[in-house]
Amino acid sequence: MEKENFTISVYTENNIGLLNRISAIFLKRHINLDSMTASQSEIKDVFRFTIAVKVTEEQVKKIVGQIEKQIEVIRAFYHKEEDIIYQETALFKVASKLLFEERQIQNVIKNSNANIVTVTPEFFVLEKTGRRREVDALYHKLEPYGLMQFTRSGRIAVTKDKMHISTILEKFATETV
Amino acid sequence: METQTQTEKKETKAVMTKITGAEAVIRCLLAEGVDLVYGYPGGAIMPVYDELYKFRDQLHHVLTRHEQGATHAAQGYARTSGKVGVAIATSGPGATNFVTGIADAQIDSTPMVCITGQVGSHLLGSDAFQETDIIGISTPITKWNHQVTKAEDIPTILAKAFYIARSGRPGPVLIDITKDAQFGELDFKYSKCKGIRSYVPVPETDPKSLEEAVVLINKAKKPMIVFGQGVILGEAEEELKRFVEKSGIPAAWTILGLSALPTSHPLNVGMVGMHGNYGPNKLTNECDLLLAVGMRFDDRVTGNLQTYAKQAKIIHFEIDPAEVNKNVKADVAVMGNVKNTLNQILPLVKSDAYEAWVQEFKDHDAIEFDKVIKEELHPIKEGLSMGEVLRGINEETKGDAVIVSDVGQHQMIACRYAEFNKSKSNVTSGGLGTMGFALPAAIGAKMGAPEREVVAIIGDGGYQMTIQELGTIFQTRVPVKIVVLNNDFLGMVRQWQQLFFDKRYASTEMVNPDFVTIAKGYHIQAKRVAKREDLQEAIAEMIASKEPYFLEVCVEKENNVFPMIPTGASVSDIRLE
Ligand SMILES: Cc1ncc(C[n+]2csc(CCOP(=O)(O)OP(=O)(O)O)c2C)c(N)n1
Ligand SMILES: [Mg+2]
Repeated sequence: MEKENFTISVYTENNIGLLNRISAIFLKRHINLDSMTASQSEIKDVFRFTIAVKVTEEQVKKIVGQIEKQIEVIRAFYHKEEDIIYQETALFKVASKLLFEERQIQNVIKNSNANIVTVTPEFFVLEKTGRRREVDALYHKLEPYGLMQFTRSGRIAVTKDKMHISTILEKFATETV
Repeated sequence: METQTQTEKKETKAVMTKITGAEAVIRCLLAEGVDLVYGYPGGAIMPVYDELYKFRDQLHHVLTRHEQGATHAAQGYARTSGKVGVAIATSGPGATNFVTGIADAQIDSTPMVCITGQVGSHLLGSDAFQETDIIGISTPITKWNHQVTKAEDIPTILAKAFYIARSGRPGPVLIDITKDAQFGELDFKYSKCKGIRSYVPVPETDPKSLEEAVVLINKAKKPMIVFGQGVILGEAEEELKRFVEKSGIPAAWTILGLSALPTSHPLNVGMVGMHGNYGPNKLTNECDLLLAVGMRFDDRVTGNLQTYAKQAKIIHFEIDPAEVNKNVKADVAVMGNVKNTLNQILPLVKSDAYEAWVQEFKDHDAIEFDKVIKEELHPIKEGLSMGEVLRGINEETKGDAVIVSDVGQHQMIACRYAEFNKSKSNVTSGGLGTMGFALPAAIGAKMGAPEREVVAIIGDGGYQMTIQELGTIFQTRVPVKIVVLNNDFLGMVRQWQQLFFDKRYASTEMVNPDFVTIAKGYHIQAKRVAKREDLQEAIAEMIASKEPYFLEVCVEKENNVFPMIPTGASVSDIRLE
């Protein structure tokens, strides 16, 4: 089976130990995460992890099974690229003097759909949100001029289909009382 | 007479009193029906021990000689009683000494609650004296763990701990309680945990999967069952027996499934796996339907997966969704507790005898008997074999004893040859293969089933890993029978060295102490046997004893356990010599 990019969404109780438990599942199998982010979800007191990983479908099924098995995980799903809307955000810190010394850089910025977050006499910061290849493209264009700092966030994603977490939670509530 | 509501009110009042966190721990244990815990005291858990002292009439504490012993004793207790085993230790080294037992309980699905003390919450993260991140350490080897830093959280967390440990696929839970939480006060009110919204202990059974399973079963010509510990954990022994008897399907077992079906049952065809029986291993690759019941296709069971039961349809009866299709792809997965699913399927399966097919098992048995079993049970060589010791034990206990085995050759011999009439009788470390398990586990096994005879079968190597638990036996006078099968070798490793490393016996020869003198030092009756003519009488004396008893049997040094599936080989390449 071919390796593919999968995105895993994990809905969990807000529990500090879970990050450890979830990452241990990957560590144990020597699977490198492309990224992992955690945030509040659309439901009060429910957390959501978004994990990007390149594995075979068979592997991702087993991983999701192991993640779901953790007590405080409500549900875990895996998605193919076509099932989700996903983005990453990158910050580029660039020396301000380049704007004057290297005129072409102004065109790069103009065509990049990036936002200027801040400008100081020494540096300015560009924020670019998009697909990985868009962020990468901007990186390759700016890199020759010299980047003072660069950082990129993990993938965040929402699915095109419904997730039904609320229904699952309601069902839990009625079943367990 | 009081009305119902009056009594209820009174009770609520009675439990709503301010107590310390440490006392709350004890009251939670009592509320969960715990009357016996294993443990070892130390600084960070002293408030709890102080309460154990006050409650000593209601809650018995057994002081083991090492925290590892406390976990294995709790496991042994859980395995024979079916209840949750409890172990208590202090922070730092006390907690880290728990690690092996927790890992063992995790892989063998044993319900256990471990309670560890922790440094005060204001010291967390400061590398304080005896501070260890036991939550971090135990995360990958627990079903659940949690650190409590506030006294008022103790009741809900312990209620969750017991619920999680025993429900669904059982496992170990560790609760780490900071010292200030033990000293702090709370209004105590306990209610048992009845559910956790993110946790489904027993998945729903899809009726379609049952139908599909029935179709496959009823059209199979050469079906075979392999059952595991799921049958014992799900208390489905009767259901399995009825299923086997109605369907006429021969049933083999994994090492942890052993004793779920009497060994003398005509359709019990023996053990699968690395040192299992010839028939069920060979015929795994000839059956047309494999019914896996409460087992997880461990690699020691399957050998090479590429050549495992490829010709067969597979039905997997399983409680843990993560086990389905993990190692072996199931054609039908029947989710749920096997007690329920077997019950539902029973009226729908046809009765058959599969005469020719069952005969194939018997034919394989005959070959194995000739090549292996005859010499193991009735050796003509001068040296004693491990098998004849087991035969001797069978003769005295008539299959009614609990056999607790350690890890190595003696374990495989014990599991291959011990006879069992009752379930929950085979206590061994299967998944982790923990040497040192048996002696402390036997203590717990006996306390979990005091009416039963408990015999520990241990190698000279593993015995010395937890030999200090003789002190626990001496102090409690728990009447366990200890048999050390002494081959002066780390026998199982030596066997591999002989077969796969050209007899280079690197660090496997043991220079052993005088085990009888050591046992006597703990005031335990002890005897050594080296001759065949003395063996049966010594076993009889041991079994007849009402006290703990130690028996060392000097066995042939360089015997091997066969049959054997070499690692990575196919089950059908099982070797008889
Ligand atoms: C804690 C631990 N360390 C190492 C091993 C590897 N190991 C498996 S069997 C074995 C030999 C056991 O020797 P002994 O207890 O004398 O039993 P025998 O095989 O001789 O019956 C060893 C070292 C293990 N299973 N557990
Ligand atoms: Mg030995």
